[in-house]
Amino acid sequence: MFIVKYIKDVFSGIKSLLVGMRRTGYYFTHHKEIITEQYPDNRDTLKLPERFKGEVVMPHDANNEHRCTGCTACELACPNGTIKVVTKFDITPDGKKKKAIDKLVYHLELCTMCNLCIVACPSDAIVMAQTFEHSVFDRAELTKILNNPGSRIMDGVE
Amino acid sequence: MLEEVATSTEGDLVINVGPQHPATHGVLHLVITLNGETIKKVEPHLGYIHRSIEKMCESLTYRQFIYVTSRMDYLSAHINNHACALCVEKAMQIEVPERAQVIRVIMDELTRIASHELWWGAMAMDIGAFTPFFHAFRERETINDIMEETCGARLTMNYMVPGGVMIDLHPDFQRKVKEFIKLFRSKVHEYDELVTGNIIFRSRMKDVGFLSKEDAISFGCTGPTARGSGVSCDIRKLYPYDVYNKVQFEEVLETGGDSLARYMVRIREMHQSISIIEQLIDNIPEGDFQAKTKAVLKLPKGEFYTRVETARGELGLYIVSEGATTPYRIKFRSPGFSNLSALDTMARGSKLGDLVAMMGTLDLVIPDIDR
Amino acid sequence: MPLTSAFSIPFSRFDIHKMWSLTDITTNIHDWLNETFSPTWVLIIEMVIAGIAVIGLFAVLGLVLVIMERKVSAWMQIRLGPNRVGPKGLLQSLADTLKLLVKEGLTPGGADKFLFNLAPIIALVVAMLLMAPIAFAKDFQLWNLNIGVLYVSAVSSLMVISILMAGWSSNNKYSLMGAMRSGAQIVSYELSAGLSILTIVVLAGSLNIPDIIYSQADGWWIFKGHIPALIAFVIFIIAVTAETNRAPFDLAEAESELTAGFHTEYSGMKFALFFLAEYVNVFIVCAIGATLFLGGWMPFHIGNWEAFNHVMDYIPSSIWFFGKTFFLIFVIMWFRWTFPRLRIDQLLNLEWKYLLPISMFNLILVTAIAILKWHF
Repeated sequence: MFIVKYIKDVFSGIKSLLVGMRRTGYYFTHHKEIITEQYPDNRDTLKLPERFKGEVVMPHDANNEHRCTGCTACELACPNGTIKVVTKFDITPDGKKKKAIDKLVYHLELCTMCNLCIVACPSDAIVMAQTFEHSVFDRAELTKILNNPGSRIMDGVE
Repeated sequence: MLEEVATSTEGDLVINVGPQHPATHGVLHLVITLNGETIKKVEPHLGYIHRSIEKMCESLTYRQFIYVTSRMDYLSAHINNHACALCVEKAMQIEVPERAQVIRVIMDELTRIASHELWWGAMAMDIGAFTPFFHAFRERETINDIMEETCGARLTMNYMVPGGVMIDLHPDFQRKVKEFIKLFRSKVHEYDELVTGNIIFRSRMKDVGFLSKEDAISFGCTGPTARGSGVSCDIRKLYPYDVYNKVQFEEVLETGGDSLARYMVRIREMHQSISIIEQLIDNIPEGDFQAKTKAVLKLPKGEFYTRVETARGELGLYIVSEGATTPYRIKFRSPGFSNLSALDTMARGSKLGDLVAMMGTLDLVIPDIDR
Repeated sequence: MPLTSAFSIPFSRFDIHKMWSLTDITTNIHDWLNETFSPTWVLIIEMVIAGIAVIGLFAVLGLVLVIMERKVSAWMQIRLGPNRVGPKGLLQSLADTLKLLVKEGLTPGGADKFLFNLAPIIALVVAMLLMAPIAFAKDFQLWNLNIGVLYVSAVSSLMVISILMAGWSSNNKYSLMGAMRSGAQIVSYELSAGLSILTIVVLAGSLNIPDIIYSQADGWWIFKGHIPALIAFVIFIIAVTAETNRAPFDLAEAESELTAGFHTEYSGMKFALFFLAEYVNVFIVCAIGATLFLGGWMPFHIGNWEAFNHVMDYIPSSIWFFGKTFFLIFVIMWFRWTFPRLRIDQLLNLEWKYLLPISMFNLILVTAIAILKWHF
C-alpha cells in the first residue's frame, strides 16, 4: 500500500528526530554532565601525570650537584639537534684532568618531546618535567642551559 | 587554476574548495567543476603540507625516525610508529616479548577508537550537526588521558621503540581502560540516537558516493573505505602482526559501497576494537616490555616491507638499507592518498553538499596524504 | 489604519478586564499628549516613540537571542558556554556587538558596491516592518490592521530579496550559490507556512491579529482544533525554520559546504545587521506561531473552569506572550543543535512531496471542522 508506506515513513522519520531531540534535551537539562575544563582558572587543581613529557630538565641536589658526565649520548640520540653538550676539563683534587660538562644547551623550540634522550642517558642525569606552558615573547628564552651555574658532577657518577 | 577556467565548457561553474575551507579539515585543495549544484569533476590538488618526511627519515637513525612518522597520520600516530618498529624488527629479526606485543595491540586499538571518534564528530559536523562533535570528544579525551598517563603525551606518543615499547605500562592502565570500556558502552547508544538513526542523516548518506568493489580495488582503496564496498582488506586479519592472530575479532564488511556503508564500517569497527581490548586487557602477560637490542641499530643490506592497518587503511613501509645506521631510502604507502583518488569517481553526478559528506566518509587526514 | 493606533482602543468582546495590561499606560500617555500638544504634534511624537520602541526592542532582542542561542548550544553540547563577560556571561553578546561595531566593514573589489551595502539594510528594514502588527501584550500593538496575518506573510517574503541581493553583489561563487539555494528554499516553504497559517484563519474566521487572539479566550487553537491544528502547528514550525534559514535548513549558509553562504564577504556591522535580522526574524515567526496556535498574550484558559481561568489571568499578558514566543524560539534552537543539514534536493522534496500535500489535506479537514463547528 502506497499510502500506508507513506504514513509509516513520515512517522518513523519524526520518531528518529524526536529521539535525537530527547538526547540533546537530556544534556540541556543535566548540567552535571558538562565536561568543560576552565583551563587557566584550574591551574591549582590541574594535575599532570608524572610521565607527562613537558620539557627536559636536569635535576640538581642540595649541593648543586648533577649526574651528567658529558657523554653526549643524549646529543646523539636526539633526532632534531635539540641538545648540545659543551664539555670542559676539570682538575680533580688529586691533580688529574677529568672531562665534565661546561654547559648542556637545550633548545626547547626544536624539541618534540620524543623522550629518546632520557632513554639514552646512561646516568639518568636528565628527566622530563611536567611544565607545559612554554610560550614566551622572545625566542631566545627558549634556549636553555640545563646545568645550574657553578654546579658540578655528583660523586660516584661515572 | 587559470587553465581550468579556460578549458571548462560554457556554463560550468568552477569553484575552489580549499586550501582554506571549513570542510576539508586541513589544507586539501579541490577544484570542483559544477553544473548548477551537480558535480561534473573533482580534482584534488595536493602538496600544501608536504614536509618531505620520507627524505627526513633518510638522515635519521632507526631509533630516531619513528617519531617523525607520528606526524604523518597524526590521528593514528601510534599505529604509524608500529609499522616502523615492525619493519626494523623484521629486518633485524628481533624477537619482541609477548608483553610488549600485547601492549602494542591494546594501544593500537585505543588509537583506532580515538581516531574513529574524531572522525565521527567531524563527519557529523560536515553534514551540519554540531553537537555530536563534542560528544565524541568526551570519549576521545578519556583515551587521550589514558595515553598521557602511560606514554607521556596525548597525540604523538612516540611510545614504540624497535623491540618493544619505550616504558612499561602505568599501574593504573588496566583500571583506566576498563573504566573507558564501561564509559564507551554506556555512551555508544547516543551515537545511534544523535546521528546514525536520524532520518536526515540516513537520507544524506544513503545511495550517495557510490564506489563499486571493482573501483575500490583498482584505486587501491584500503581500510574502511574499501571495506564499505565489500573488499576484504583488513591487514590485521590477512597478514596478522603481533598478537592479532590470537584475538577473536571480525573483519567488518559492508556491501553497500555508499557513504552510509563506509560510515557503518567505522561505527562497527569501534565495537570490534573494544572487543579486542576486552580480550587482551586482563591477559597482559608478565615479562619484559622491551627486547634487548644493541644501542646502535644497523639493518642488514636489503629491502624490507611491512604493512599495518591504521584507522584509515593499509599503511605500508618500505625500507631500503645499505647496511648503515640510517636508511638508504624510505617510502610510505599511505592509505589516505589512494582513498582520496577515488573521490572523483564517487562524486561525479552528485550534489555539492554530498561531496562534503563523501570527504567525511573517506576520513582524510591531509598530512597523511602529503607527508 | 494609521500608525497612530499604536495605542489602540481596548477590545471588549470578552470580559478579561481583570487582567493587568499596558492599556492604561498607553491611554494615559495618549490623553496627556492630546491635552498638551496639537494633534499633528501628537502624531509625530507618537511615531517617534513607536520608532524608538521598535529599535530598542530590536537591539534588546538581538542581544538576548544571541546569548540565549549560545547558552542553549553550549548546554546541549555539554559545554559551559560564555561565562566571562558580566555576571554568568550575560553581557557576552554586548561585547560581541562592540567588537563587530569597531571592525572594518570591507567591501570586496569586484562587488556591486551599492547593492552590497543595501542588502543588509533591506534585511533589517524587512525585519522591522514585520514588528508592526504583532500584539506584544493585551491591546499593545503598533499597528492594528485588519489583515495582520496576510501582511506578515506578505512582508516576510521580501526577506529573500536581501539575501539574493547580498549573494549576487558579493561577486563570490559561494555567496551566489547560497543566495540561489535560499531563493528556492524561501519561495517553496512560504507555501506550507501560508497554508498552515490559513488553517487558523479558517478556524478563527479573521485575518486580524487581535480577533484571532480573542477567539482563543476559551482555549488555544492548538487544543481546540483537534489533531489538524496540531499538524498545522508542526508544519508551521518546520516551514518557518526553513524560511528563516536556520538549521537543519541552513543551506543558504551551510558553512561546511559554502563557507558562510550569502554573507561570506560581509564583515563588521554589515554582517551584524544580517545576524540581527536573522534573530529578529526568528523572533517574529515564533511570535506569529505563538499568536496563531498558542493564543498570543491570551492566558491559558480551559473552557468553563472559571476559577482556574481567573488565576491564570493574574499573570500579566506580556509574560504570556513572551513566554510562549521564547518557548518556540527554544524549540527552533533545539532543532538547530540536534539535526544535520538537509541536501538541496531533499529540502525541496520535503516541501513539495510531504509538507505541501499534508497541509493541503489538512486545510480541507480544518475547513470541514470549521463549517461543522466540531472544534471546541
